[in-house]
Amino acid sequence: MKRRIPLTITLIVGLIVICSEFIPHRPFSQISSELEVWFMIISGFAILLGQLNLIKTNVLKIQYKQRNWPYFVITLASFFLMVGTGALWGSQQNAGLLGHGTAISSAIGSKPFDYLFNNVYQNLQATMFSLLAFFIASAAYRAFIARTTESILLLAAAILVMLGNTSLGTLLTGWLPDSLSFLHLPKVSEFIMKYPTTAGQRAIMIGAGLGIIGSSLRIILGIERSYLGGD
Amino acid sequence: MKHTVFILFLLTTALLFAQSPIFTIADIPNDDGSALVITWDCTGVQGEQFFVSLQDAENHTLDITAFNRESSSFPRGSLIYRDSLTAGKQYHFVLASADSALVRTPLISKTGTPRAQWFNTDKISLLIMALILAISIVYFIYSAKGGKNLYIRRINGLEAMEESVGRATEMGRPILFVPGINDLDDMQTIAGLTILGQLAFKIAEHDSKLLVPVSRSMVLSTAREIVKEAYLKAGRPDAYDPDCVFYLTDDQFGYVAGVDGIIVREKPAANFYLGAFYAESLILAETGFSSGAIQTAGTAMPSQIPFFVAACDYTLIGEELFAASAYLSKEPHQLGSLKGQDVGKAVFLIVLIVGIILEIFGVHDLKNFLTVH
Amino acid sequence: MAAKTLDRRWIFLFLFIGVALPLIFVIGLPIETTENVRAVYQMVEDTPAGSTVLISFDYDPASKPELHPMGRALLQHCFEKDLKVIITALWPMGVMMANDILDDLQPSYPNKVYGQDYVNMGFKAGGMVTIQAMGKHFKGIYTTDSNGTPVENIPMMKHIDNFENIAFVISLSAGAPGVKEWVQVAGDTYGRQVSSGVTGVSVSSVMPYVNEQKQLTGLLAGLKGAAEYEYLIGHPGTATSGMDAQSLAHLIIIIFIIIGNITYWRNKKKQKKEV
Repeated sequence: MKRRIPLTITLIVGLIVICSEFIPHRPFSQISSELEVWFMIISGFAILLGQLNLIKTNVLKIQYKQRNWPYFVITLASFFLMVGTGALWGSQQNAGLLGHGTAISSAIGSKPFDYLFNNVYQNLQATMFSLLAFFIASAAYRAFIARTTESILLLAAAILVMLGNTSLGTLLTGWLPDSLSFLHLPKVSEFIMKYPTTAGQRAIMIGAGLGIIGSSLRIILGIERSYLGGD
Repeated sequence: MKHTVFILFLLTTALLFAQSPIFTIADIPNDDGSALVITWDCTGVQGEQFFVSLQDAENHTLDITAFNRESSSFPRGSLIYRDSLTAGKQYHFVLASADSALVRTPLISKTGTPRAQWFNTDKISLLIMALILAISIVYFIYSAKGGKNLYIRRINGLEAMEESVGRATEMGRPILFVPGINDLDDMQTIAGLTILGQLAFKIAEHDSKLLVPVSRSMVLSTAREIVKEAYLKAGRPDAYDPDCVFYLTDDQFGYVAGVDGIIVREKPAANFYLGAFYAESLILAETGFSSGAIQTAGTAMPSQIPFFVAACDYTLIGEELFAASAYLSKEPHQLGSLKGQDVGKAVFLIVLIVGIILEIFGVHDLKNFLTVH
Repeated sequence: MAAKTLDRRWIFLFLFIGVALPLIFVIGLPIETTENVRAVYQMVEDTPAGSTVLISFDYDPASKPELHPMGRALLQHCFEKDLKVIITALWPMGVMMANDILDDLQPSYPNKVYGQDYVNMGFKAGGMVTIQAMGKHFKGIYTTDSNGTPVENIPMMKHIDNFENIAFVISLSAGAPGVKEWVQVAGDTYGRQVSSGVTGVSVSSVMPYVNEQKQLTGLLAGLKGAAEYEYLIGHPGTATSGMDAQSLAHLIIIIFIIIGNITYWRNKKKQKKEV
């Protein structure tokens, strides 16, 4: 019984959504959009669940003085600082519980939430993303070794795309006459991205698409139950 | 007298040569009967400004659109009208012109009835393809249930799962599982979570430690339930720690920072990245690589696969991620669905090749049939 | 393997220097436009003045260096072509990203009035579901703009019911929800022209949508795409200056790949000799 109810709901909802793709007549068109609204409402409520879990796990770690516990103090402090500034004085044009906080805004140049957003949050985000550039370099250094014919092809394509995607490509081949414009590195790079790469990507996408359909059918028919915690 | 006759002659000629406007109301095909297409052509029609209005039973009019001689919708134009129309009900529309003093003269009135359809004929090709795939999957599921032996090729990444758990147990270090950064509406997340169930079962058997940081609240509750059930199934409910699955943040790079911190501090012996990943894939995998963990990744995100291949020991590419649950469970009906997928793939491949050949010879019928409008 | 023994921090150090130096000392390397960027430019050019277009800011500060210049250049182009712009965001931070650009552009386009020439409708959660709702009834999902002004009081929104009233959609996308959802709903379902600007790392996954069926009309790919667009509209900005840094960074990576290969082959020879 514990499994049967969710499995029945899954089957009914799954079939309705599939039918609504092909049946524009009401009630299918309405049910489908109604379900979409339900998903939005549930995900909205679920956000609260995540925040509560964040507070709980961090408070417990601090309470029992687990290893590295000061980090968890910082997490909680940052969380409450952002929520607090946003709730008290709002952000941008929106007012908070204490209004717009004009006195603080004039002192620091913007609302406290916006100030933290622009000067702390944005920079932290950009820092994390920029790590990617460093990691791409070290991963490329390890991965692009000409061991076999396939890896030589991969290496050559990588270098052509890397050069073509920068001004260096234009600088190196920009002097070529118009009759040889197909050898311009930006064009070569665009060709590699547009044809061989796209072909490979599409093959993966078709395979993944079929995998999604197969998995969805397994779930709708109740064959796949691991997501409910097993049989 | 002569003047009057001349003016009358001019007026008659003007009336004879003035063209009447074209005004049509048509139902939109393949919809739920909530819209009508209104088209007009006012070429040669007198008037400074034009109005398209909806008229109710009491002759009250509601302007839908207005245009003048400078508008882009003059002399010809069209619009789709869908403001709370009811399927099957008749509506009256009026095209009127107005002079410079904005005095309106009705030019033509038409009626239209929006109708709802029970089948969207534009999607017939999609339905055929979906049916082929669904029937072949369902057929093989049931034939597998009947005892038919099905072969599935070896997937190294999944075979190594046991080895990773064993290694972590020996080293006394935890195992990290990252279910991607998308919510439960992404099949990749669900595929990742199904593998988590099997992994948690093995971990419970080996009495190792599991860490599952998540970035979505709905994933949190699902992952918790899955891990709890796996521990119960392994007969180790006492070893289950509800806090091994925990929420970090919805924010992409905040989540990456949190997971990287866990990798650096806890030094897990094995890392599993199974789900939907974006730019964070390489940041996670490279940090894991530097910590010396055995890494298994799986995603259907084409752009992230190269990063995982470069930095991880094993990578499940695209459909392998979705096949993992069937592969690990070895249940015949689950494997049957994979066989059905393969048949579907063969059919699509044939259609693809035929389509390419037809296109080369300039025959576009198949392409047009398969294009969903 | 010698290629693996090099401390990766050396790579990080050289890369850092390679990126930082050109930002301080601008080299001014040339820019060549590509077909995909020209297609986006042409789409904006060919749209009649007065038409309403939609630009969705589906990114956050992490992707700002690549996508912000695109947003800026596209808004500049739309303003110069007298297009009315509806701004939406499928990412919560997208609203702030758009406002940042609008504040920046305001002094250069003083005749552009909020509510008449452009409007920021703000963030809506739900991704694909939100776009589907827009296609059915725009004002049903967006009852107010990002400032809380009721949509009925915004002049340029008076005639916007669904995608029929929008000439094209551009998604500046850093992931999901983003370009894929726009293509699938606004493009494939509602037949709108869709284009996009994406980060360099996600280009290969978005490229299949730039196809014969024009699921995407052109594509601005990474910083280079942004720089090319800046070049086309004649307003060089941060992407143009950032291209020098990117070019040098790519060169450094190529040099390290070559070093890695030389070391690998040298070691292989040594091992053969020893055998």
